[in-house]
Amino acid sequence: MQATEWLRADHLPHIWCTGCGHGTVLGAVVRAMEKAGIDRDRTVVVSGIGCSSRAVGYLDMDTLHTTHGRALAFATGIKLARPDLKVIVLAGDGDLAAIGGNHLIHAARRNLGITTICFNNGIYGMTSGQLSPLTPGGYRTTTSPHGHLERDFDLCKLVQAAGATYVARSTAYHVQQTILLIARALAHDGFSFIEVFSQCPTYFGRRNQMADPVAMLEWLRDSTVPSGQAARMTPEELRGRWIIGELYHAKDVPEYTRAYRGLVERLTRAEDDQLAAAEAARAD
Amino acid sequence: MPQPRLMQGNEACVEAALDAGLRFYAGYPITPSTEIAEMLAERLPRAGGVFIQMEDEIASMAAVIGASLAGMRAMTATSGPGFSLKQENIGYAAITEVPCVVVNVQRVGPSTGLPTSPAQGDVMQARWGTHGDHPIVALSPSSVLETYVLTMKAFSISDALRIPVILLTDEVTGHMRERVVLPDPAILPRAERPVEGSAPGDVPPMHHFGEGRRMFVTGLYHDETGFWTESSAAADRMIRRLVAKVERRRNELTMVDRWYLDDARVAVVAYGCVARSALRAVRLARARGHRVGMLRLSCLWPFPDHEIDAIAGTVDALVVPEMNLGQIAGEVERAAAGRCRVVRYNRVDSELIRPEELLPVLEDA
Repeated sequence: MQATEWLRADHLPHIWCTGCGHGTVLGAVVRAMEKAGIDRDRTVVVSGIGCSSRAVGYLDMDTLHTTHGRALAFATGIKLARPDLKVIVLAGDGDLAAIGGNHLIHAARRNLGITTICFNNGIYGMTSGQLSPLTPGGYRTTTSPHGHLERDFDLCKLVQAAGATYVARSTAYHVQQTILLIARALAHDGFSFIEVFSQCPTYFGRRNQMADPVAMLEWLRDSTVPSGQAARMTPEELRGRWIIGELYHAKDVPEYTRAYRGLVERLTRAEDDQLAAAEAARAD
Repeated sequence: MPQPRLMQGNEACVEAALDAGLRFYAGYPITPSTEIAEMLAERLPRAGGVFIQMEDEIASMAAVIGASLAGMRAMTATSGPGFSLKQENIGYAAITEVPCVVVNVQRVGPSTGLPTSPAQGDVMQARWGTHGDHPIVALSPSSVLETYVLTMKAFSISDALRIPVILLTDEVTGHMRERVVLPDPAILPRAERPVEGSAPGDVPPMHHFGEGRRMFVTGLYHDETGFWTESSAAADRMIRRLVAKVERRRNELTMVDRWYLDDARVAVVAYGCVARSALRAVRLARARGHRVGMLRLSCLWPFPDHEIDAIAGTVDALVVPEMNLGQIAGEVERAAAGRCRVVRYNRVDSELIRPEELLPVLEDA
């Protein structure tokens, strides 16, 4: 397939820097949509603010570019109002893990039927290179010029603990795997989450001796381990490396809008029964 | 025949919202607005609508906008601290032209303030709480019945103009119980969202997600296609059109009541719960032979300059009692433009302004 079939060609070229991984990830997103058989006229893609959030401008379907961090909260309203629509959130690491962290854990807790794809480049690119909650420890950014002292989140563990029912991780280096995992997430009935490591050579790489996009892609390759292989490795061998692949999949948790629909049906049935009983009493 | 009912303002707000076709409510608990959420949690699912208690105030506002874009009439309710938190997304609704109603049952601020006591301190926040120039309409009821009527109007204006509308009530009006006979909702004017063909020139037709239009909605400055633009001409065109949607309808949006203005030398300008005691004070003053009148405002934004303009030349003084330090008085001074004195009377100690304390102010004005 041609990825451009899913894009608003008249709004290309995109705004992303040379060597940025976001175009690769967006390409994987549309290929996964095709693979999962998504009806694009019954799909809404929602984003927040940041480099990756601009992706919704290029997708040729219903798209909503919201406020910083709030994509999942807007998406919650859409999904509740139209449970029949596929709702997808694209968001950066700053958007999801910092300013929007509260919405992330609560959307996961509700098991709302939204697929969230995190474009994680470990940096605030739109504001030219500040620290994010997902910047790995020790790395330099414009707001951690002496090296980063904070610890970073393991976002996949966080959303799993919060209640997400499908969790996976991949990278912009592992394109085929990314397509496959996003397609599976799109087919999942419940809150599905995929973290995709993406490279930002411009603002992350240049400060950390990886100005060359290829160097960054090699770093993504070398700092990750497929989940199958990781199962055979010791904790010492896994230290400092990220496990990629499908990390969690629960099939027996009710999706929220389905549960809500059940409530509405139960209440309206009870009222119908009451009305019928009142009618019968009058007839007697 | 509709039966009289004893109900509080928050309850009247709920009845009106349901009669106006509310289908979606997202909120977060906060005194003194919580009854609105509680009643809708009970009733919306029974009516096939959606109620959700979100994780915070910001998320509630976002979910309301999302649901509205997906085709549902949507509302949230809050009070001061929550109203502050919602402001960024209220601006988002303004620039993306998404209809929604935000109820603010005012309490004493700033900050946590006096959470269970009434105030009118959010008048300016209702107008300018979000950053940047933007259109807004704010309505302020004085009674339980008027809470019903203005809630209905709020939905109507919001849908017709595709703007967020603020219902600026207060702890007294929200919690006070009164005997009311609710009007038949069918007789109240109700506007729909503009559609292709019938939309006025300055309000674009409203489309919703899932119609196959592949639309793009953004809080960035955008051109007529909805796509972001850095063209200064398109930016200027967009923001001026948005603001003019409300400004050019100032007269039709104005809602006032007038008492004894024909012979008045002194006129009170009041709104919300304060208008109740102000009217009592006006009647006490007239019983003592003072030529005092009153103008009550139900729509605060856009401010009815022309109504002030009409009386500023005929009275010696305008008295503006408020449960804040003069947020509407400044507007009255601006519109009166020096043609009469403007006397402020303010309380911010959580106590209602009583008729007896206002009476000497009217007599001395």
